[in-house]
Amino acid sequence: MTVLQQVELTVNGVSYEREVDPRMTLVDFLRHELRLTGTHVGCEHGVCGACTIIKDGQAVRSCLMLAAQADGTSLQTVEGLRNAESGELHPIQQAFIEEHGLQCGFCTPGFLMSTLELLGDNPNPTDQEIKDALDGNLCRCTGYQAIIQSVRLAAAKTQSGKLAGAHGSA
Amino acid sequence: MLLSVHIELWGFPMKPAPFDYYAPETVDEAVSLLKKLEDDDIDAKILAGGQSLMPMLSLRMARPDALVDLGKIKTLDYIREENGVIHIGAMTTKRAAEDSALLQQKQPLLHVATQHIGHRQIRNQGTVGGSFAHADPAAEYGAVAQALGMEMVVVGPDGERVIPVDEFYLSFLTTDIDCSEVLTEVRAPVMPGGTGWGFQEICRREGDLAIAGVAVTLKMEAGSCVDVVIAVFGVNAIAARLDDAEQVVNGNTPGEALFAQAGKAAAAALDEPITDVHATAEYRRSLIATLVKRCLTEAVSRAA
Repeated sequence: MTVLQQVELTVNGVSYEREVDPRMTLVDFLRHELRLTGTHVGCEHGVCGACTIIKDGQAVRSCLMLAAQADGTSLQTVEGLRNAESGELHPIQQAFIEEHGLQCGFCTPGFLMSTLELLGDNPNPTDQEIKDALDGNLCRCTGYQAIIQSVRLAAAKTQSGKLAGAHGSA
Repeated sequence: MLLSVHIELWGFPMKPAPFDYYAPETVDEAVSLLKKLEDDDIDAKILAGGQSLMPMLSLRMARPDALVDLGKIKTLDYIREENGVIHIGAMTTKRAAEDSALLQQKQPLLHVATQHIGHRQIRNQGTVGGSFAHADPAAEYGAVAQALGMEMVVVGPDGERVIPVDEFYLSFLTTDIDCSEVLTEVRAPVMPGGTGWGFQEICRREGDLAIAGVAVTLKMEAGSCVDVVIAVFGVNAIAARLDDAEQVVNGNTPGEALFAQAGKAAAAALDEPITDVHATAEYRRSLIATLVKRCLTEAVSRAA
């Protein structure tokens, strides 16, 4: 009989403590245990990037980790992008809407989270840097051009947001 | 409906087959645990970052009885230089290696090869030691280790062993690491001043496993190429140096014709390359000829 594994972690600022089957993947844990179904399950072997989340500040594939491995970590999923108080969408989400960076939307949570890491590390990326950061995410509706435009716009929005913040109007 | 009945009766369906999970906090603890599992005839597998093992578990290509996760061992995460040798802790993430200024300045070949491994999301979680121990034929580190003459440090019940690269890789996904041993460190010499180097690989999508790749180092002396090292990966069960191709270049004046000749010699010197869904043996041979030529050109342009 498998011994259940104690897992303590933070997701979108909320602390959770659960006992999990050691073979449960992190993405299944997020979706089925925590009911955070915004993170999507695509290929389940690390090719498509749909399940990308942020772990301790870095983008990772949640299908390529066990929930047990995430013990002690701080995670952010797509649900954590929206401003909890105002309900306002994150500038990255807004940019993907405005530039039509999605068609069916299945891959979108992954693209949003990869973009979040990119803009955190590099607020003003070149097109090549955008492509490099997103090469681990597949879109089967073939919307890459619009996605790259969305990331460009997201970068501009984040930049101007910061400037606005500096003037006290954010 | 069917799924909910299934969940009620047998619990949530899991991709990997069942295993016992251990997360030791020190190398000693991991080694004693591995020894005990081995003595009890339990098939145990080490989980480093899991970026290769997790797909194998989920596809049930690997069904170990026990998984020993090294993620809680915090002492194996470092990159430092001591007496002309760069020491990298096995649990250092590839992202940390990619971000390392020390590696970029002192061992650029290893640094650039790291940037070619997987996608950023993979490098954030995958570890340097995990890649060495997994020994995928398409792994960049295989050829870099051959080219640089790297050493691997393993710790087992009888203490520490240092394994030179030519004794480390045994076959497809197989290394000299014993069941009760843990890879703790890899060592690469600081790249000597003036060395030129080249690294090239071909894959369908940036970040995917390489179909074929080449690593080259050389020096220039009085207008001639010397100390030429040519290593290939992705084509055979393990990465290898190609002496025949190296000898074509050694002692000669660099040039397009010479490098084309070296490429041909490299392609001819290969054992029968892998044929798989990505490419035929013949295509891989042809890639090696081209990549050797490109790498040599790149290396000469960098040599002082």
